[in-house]
Amino acid sequence: MLADGPSLRLLPRLDDCNRFFWTGGADGVLRFLRCGECRRFTHPPVPRCPACLSRDMAPEPVSGRGTLHSFTVNHQQWIPGSDPYVVALVTIAEQADLRLTTNLIDCPADAIAIGMAVEVTFVGNGDVHIPLFRPAGL
Amino acid sequence: MSDTSPLRRAAITGIGHSQIGRRLRRGDLDLTVEACLAAIADAGLDRDDIDGLATYPGTGIGMGGFSGPGSPELQDALRLQLSWHDGGAEGPAQMRAVIAAAMAVGCGLARHALVYRTVTEATAQAGRASAGIGGSGLGSGGPSLGGGGSGGGVPRFGGFLQWFLPFGAVSAANWIGLVAQRRIHEFGLTRTQLAQIALNGRRNATHNPGAVYREPLCLDDYLAARMISTPLCLYDCDAPCDGSTAFVVSAVETARDAPHAPCRIEAVGTALRGRPSWDQFDDMTTMAARDAAASMWERTDLGPSDVDVAQLYDGFSVLALVWLEALGFCGRGESGSFVEDGTRIAREGTLPLNTAGGQLSGGRLHGFGLLHEACVQLRGEAGERQVPGRCEVAVVSNGGGPLAGSMLLVRDTG
Ligand SMILES: [Zn+2]
Repeated sequence: MLADGPSLRLLPRLDDCNRFFWTGGADGVLRFLRCGECRRFTHPPVPRCPACLSRDMAPEPVSGRGTLHSFTVNHQQWIPGSDPYVVALVTIAEQADLRLTTNLIDCPADAIAIGMAVEVTFVGNGDVHIPLFRPAGL
Repeated sequence: MSDTSPLRRAAITGIGHSQIGRRLRRGDLDLTVEACLAAIADAGLDRDDIDGLATYPGTGIGMGGFSGPGSPELQDALRLQLSWHDGGAEGPAQMRAVIAAAMAVGCGLARHALVYRTVTEATAQAGRASAGIGGSGLGSGGPSLGGGGSGGGVPRFGGFLQWFLPFGAVSAANWIGLVAQRRIHEFGLTRTQLAQIALNGRRNATHNPGAVYREPLCLDDYLAARMISTPLCLYDCDAPCDGSTAFVVSAVETARDAPHAPCRIEAVGTALRGRPSWDQFDDMTTMAARDAAASMWERTDLGPSDVDVAQLYDGFSVLALVWLEALGFCGRGESGSFVEDGTRIAREGTLPLNTAGGQLSGGRLHGFGLLHEACVQLRGEAGERQVPGRCEVAVVSNGGGPLAGSMLLVRDTG
């Protein structure tokens, strides 16, 4: 059986740029920065839209659905005491080039397939809510 | 690139290695000076002739043993009289320092530039293990557990690491595992194909007395090895070592007096066009190697069929496959079948690859070892591992992932 992640989750250092992303999961909603002009999402957060250079950037909720773009099952004890876990690369449903590195959970090793539909869930750790993904419709 | 290009006025005239091995327990400056003096002597020069200096990555980058001494430290250690100097980690991967030196020499800022890269990662990691520091098993390419900020006893990280560490994606093995898995999905890459990079490197390392791993390795050994991060097993990941590699890059008009055949820099691949990111790059099967390689061929009349020997970055085996495609030795997605039975990339094959063992078996000299071997082969000085037949054009690549660089070298015939 695969673990949900490493035995210890190292955490992001919050600042005014990334706080919305890492704390937004408190209400179960995944958010990305979106341009008010051209409506493109961008990640990681930056002050101007890289597509149209607008400064009109604000966090917006996404559906939390996505597809598995790639994955790797980590076996090495980089973080001691960790059982094998799945590092996943998920394409967010709203935009084809919007991706997130995450963990795939609640999925047996032999059921992991690139292209599978996944949905977000969060694991809280103090002020931080870490977005993980599991097979859609479980 | 025209023949008046400054880069073509530079050639590698001297090459040098320090002692190379696992856990030498020698200081990085000690190894660096050894390699640099060897390169200067190899060029037929004295240290008083050196007026340029460059290194990758400079001080204070990465974990213990990664960065080696900075250029001011070496300048002082050898009391060099420099007209130009440079050090840094950003640019077209590790070879950025060699490219910078070639540009400086080509532009007339220096006549003989010394370039070096030093690693003592094996000794540094052994030190950590014996000290039992936090049980940090974080490998090369990963961050230090002690590198974070404050917060509840758990280290906190900003910058790009924040997008990976919370998920246990702490090592380049994880990030590149995603590339390899995507290649399995899109191209049908098999573990037996991937194994050829490791097996070829080990076969070649048996003919290299300086290689860190020389025991025979067979496909069954590979397939039985423990997984690091699927589909990458132990033999797909290079091993930390200690060692320093140095070059002298000289103005071509002086190079023809050098004791060994100069290796002229025909073209460099330096482009960065996609997003420099481990997870946002548009094509996760290739990443930055694609555009770096393309820019190299845009700058020369030579093409892939002119290449006699290839030294392609194999810090992780799959990166060598990525480079084979990026450099046009086969089509996109075709590298698995290109290496399938190992014959094309063998020393006697049509494209001899990583003839000193690469980093997987030769040791993780972090790109510079590959460039060293390219020069040895072009000079015809590789002894029992010399590629048979013509050896006039060599290609070298460094990096992969978000940063990549490549270089085309030709033996200068005057
Ligand atoms: Zn915009």
